[in-house]
Amino acid sequence: MKPSQEYEHVTSYGKLFAVLCVLLVLTATTITVSRVDLGALNIWIAILIASFKAAFVLLFFMHLKYESGLLKIAFIGTIGCLAVFIGFIFWDISFR
Amino acid sequence: MEKKAPDKIGVKLGMWLFLYTEIMLFGGLFILYAVYYSKYTADFIDAGKDLDLLLGASNTVILLISSFTVAAAITAVRRQKNRLAMGLIGASILLGLVFLVNKYFEWGYKFEKGLYPGSDVLLDAAPGKNLFFALYYFITGLHGLHILIGLTLLSVSLIFIIKKRIQSNRFAVLENSGLYWHLVDLIWIFIFPLFYLIL
Repeated sequence: MKPSQEYEHVTSYGKLFAVLCVLLVLTATTITVSRVDLGALNIWIAILIASFKAAFVLLFFMHLKYESGLLKIAFIGTIGCLAVFIGFIFWDISFR
Repeated sequence: MEKKAPDKIGVKLGMWLFLYTEIMLFGGLFILYAVYYSKYTADFIDAGKDLDLLLGASNTVILLISSFTVAAAITAVRRQKNRLAMGLIGASILLGLVFLVNKYFEWGYKFEKGLYPGSDVLLDAAPGKNLFFALYYFITGLHGLHILIGLTLLSVSLIFIIKKRIQSNRFAVLENSGLYWHLVDLIWIFIFPLFYLIL
C-alpha cells in the first residue's frame, strides 16, 4: 500500500516551542494590559491579542500555514460567515 | 498489492469542516455575549470581579502547553519516535484532566457563594449579572464537554500508537484528534479575555 502521508511538511520541535513561547508572552501581555483602565478600548485590545494567539495556533499548531489552498479558503470563508453574522446582529440591535 | 493514491487533503478535510461548524457554534455564543455586554456593560464588569483570574490564567497556560505537546507528538510520530509521541500525548491528556479539575474547583467556589443558574442570589441580582453568569456557565460548560470529547479522541490516538495502528506514514487519526484539541484551545483563547479580563 502506497504511503498516503509521506511527503508532508513536518514542523520541527524548535519551531513549535517558539510558537508556544510567543503564545505565553501574548497571554502575559493581555493580562497585564487588562489591569490598566483604558475604558472602552480594553475589550478591543483583548480581542485583538486573542486573535493573534488564535492565528498562531491555527497557522503552526494546526498546520494551516502549510496546508492546501482549499483548507485556507474554507477557513477564511468560515470567518467571513461569522463576520457577516456579527455585523448584521449589531446592525439590528443598534436600531432597536 | 493494493495501491492507494495519496490524499493528503482528504484525510483531514472532514475534521476541518467539522471544526468550522464548531467555530460557528461557539461564534454564535460569543455573539450572544457581545450583545448583552453592550447592553449591560457595567453589570458585566461587576460580575466579572467574581471570577478567579489566577485559575483562568492557569487554565489558559495549561491548554496552550497541551496544544504544544499534541503538535510535538505529531512531529514525533512523523520522525518515528513513537515512545516520545506516547509520552507527549499522555502529557496532553494529563494537562486536559488538570484543566477539568481546575474547572471543578472553580465552579465549586461559585456554587458555595450562591452563584449558580437559578439561584436566589443571581435572580435577585442585576439582570446583567444574571446574564453574565448564565453565559459563563453555558459557554464554559459546553467548552468543558468539548474538552472531554477531545480527551477521548486523544486517548484513542494514544491506544492506536501503542497498538502500532498509527505510523509515520499513516497518522490521520492522531492528526485529526490534534486538530480537535487545538480547536478546544482556540475557543478558550477567546473565553479567557471575555470572562476573566474585563475591567
